[in-house]
Amino acid sequence: MPTDAALQALLLHHEIEGFLLAEADLLDDRKYRDWLNLFTDDLVYWMPISRNVPPPDRDRARSDESLDASWFNEGLDTLTQRVNQIETDIHWSEEPPTRTTHMVSNVRILDVGDGDEIRTKCRFLVYCNRLQDEVDLFVGKRFDTLRRASGGWKISRREIHLDQSVLLAKSLTTFF
Amino acid sequence: MQDRNTTPAGNLVDAENGIVSREIFVDRDIFAREQEQIFARAWLMIGHESLIPEPDDYFVSRMGTDSVILTRNKQGEIFVFLNSCMHRGMKLCRYDQGSAPVFTCPYHGWSYSTDRKRVDRPGALVGVPRYQECYEGVLDRSEWGLVRCPKVVNYKGTIWASWDPDAPSLEDYLGDMRLYLDAALDHRDGREGGSIVLGTVQKWRVKCNWKFAPENFIGDLYHDISHRSADLSGIGPSGGKGRRDAQRPRLAIGFTDLGHGVLGDLPHTAEPELLPTHQDDPELVAYHQQMHDDRSRNLGNRKRVTMSVGTIFPNMSFHARQPRTIAVAHPISATEMEMWRYYLIDADAPPKVKDAAMRYYLRYSGPAGMTESDDMENWTYASEATAGHISRRHHYNYQLSLGQERPVEGLRGAVESGSYSEGNARIFYRRWGQFMDAAGWADMTPEAATPERVDAD
Repeated sequence: MPTDAALQALLLHHEIEGFLLAEADLLDDRKYRDWLNLFTDDLVYWMPISRNVPPPDRDRARSDESLDASWFNEGLDTLTQRVNQIETDIHWSEEPPTRTTHMVSNVRILDVGDGDEIRTKCRFLVYCNRLQDEVDLFVGKRFDTLRRASGGWKISRREIHLDQSVLLAKSLTTFF
Repeated sequence: MQDRNTTPAGNLVDAENGIVSREIFVDRDIFAREQEQIFARAWLMIGHESLIPEPDDYFVSRMGTDSVILTRNKQGEIFVFLNSCMHRGMKLCRYDQGSAPVFTCPYHGWSYSTDRKRVDRPGALVGVPRYQECYEGVLDRSEWGLVRCPKVVNYKGTIWASWDPDAPSLEDYLGDMRLYLDAALDHRDGREGGSIVLGTVQKWRVKCNWKFAPENFIGDLYHDISHRSADLSGIGPSGGKGRRDAQRPRLAIGFTDLGHGVLGDLPHTAEPELLPTHQDDPELVAYHQQMHDDRSRNLGNRKRVTMSVGTIFPNMSFHARQPRTIAVAHPISATEMEMWRYYLIDADAPPKVKDAAMRYYLRYSGPAGMTESDDMENWTYASEATAGHISRRHHYNYQLSLGQERPVEGLRGAVESGSYSEGNARIFYRRWGQFMDAAGWADMTPEAATPERVDAD
């Protein structure tokens, strides 16, 4: 028989995975306003740049969070501006829109803390197809911090580790 | 069909009438010729000294289609080498940057040093495995050092290199365009230099001809309409409307004989009033006011300019204010380039100022930039729609404000043609044609490159 603690962990994992999969649906359905509602006001949304560094510098294999360039280093304010831009319908790199499929897998809960703020890790595979033959594939790891809020969970921090170093896409107008 | 290898570029570019053949944006033979005629001759911006601050530091960059190593030796001198082992061509340095006292090839182990205490010629071959038993009396190690770029200059932190020993000095190459480059590189308080690269260089691939980038940045205010969605989203440094704080009126100013150009203002000797910037934060407002006051005092009545964006022929572009960055368009193929963006900041700016600048840079520029992402769309699909068999028979039109060029007082060889003008693009492609046709630098120096002389040929 599973212990009560193991059962609680299983239920939490199920709940968190369900939350992340539902989030992926919002993105692929382009329900961006609902998606923005999943984030806390103090959100940190950061995608560092992966770098090819020699052994002594392996701790610098990604750009820093502060005072360094990234692909994204956003708060809820600028993430909202990005949604606003898409909704103008004249943001030409997203018009015609990209067809996206967000795959989320390998979901793990890294740290439960006091139960109200948990750290998770997962893999993402985002397939983008646009116009006739524009194809981009973004694959990597994602570290999310989720905070318990009324009616479910909210994301307070998202760290996105893209496996590309030179970005092999002409633009990054997809959310992760 | 004409042989594109022998067709004079003059037949592809008619700068006087603002007409440019589409072939130069899609043709493989023309692309190959550009490598020899342009990228093996011109001064190219390849990095920044702040990326290699310590002895033995290196940063891997590109010159045309070649990979090069920018490195500093133990004595502090800066060198540029072809990033290819002399034995079997292996890419010697496959990290983006790091530190190495010697460069050792992973293939057969040949190694090279820049240390003046070890070698007379920096880049010399110092280590050859099994030398005594297999190479003694055969291999002359002094003949097999790394290929070293003959001309390298550190200009206010930016590193420039040219493969051509006959290239003019960087100073002559820049001409009075240097005043505008200074507007990006000099400290906000008016002191010379002082800017560094803020962290990692963004690199990304775009399926367009490399010339789309420098042409866009040389002064294409006409494409402002592309960025309407960024304006509507209000991404400027002060929040609210637009994508920048208020700026002074900008004119297309180009250097006819040199191929460079900017959107900027005419040279002046008094500091104009400070335009409000970073209005959301009193600390930032106070900092920028302080910089303005110091700048007015430090510059006194010296000649100065303000500008937003410009290009130094062939592929280095820069923004001097909002954002403050350098963009280099590296050629990959006729229809693909790799964009590199270096973000600039004053080394001694407070962390809060750097942070605000960085966040603004990232929402404006780069592949995720809310302004720049739409440029990539234009350049990519202009390239695609140009490459068709029938399409490439035709020409691009650069006649905006044709004939409105007026000389600029205080800038050698410069003309101004109003805010909305393709005058600078005409200058860029005129220079492109000169590079493509000239036998060498003797035919391309500013005196020899005047339109009259080319017509006479």
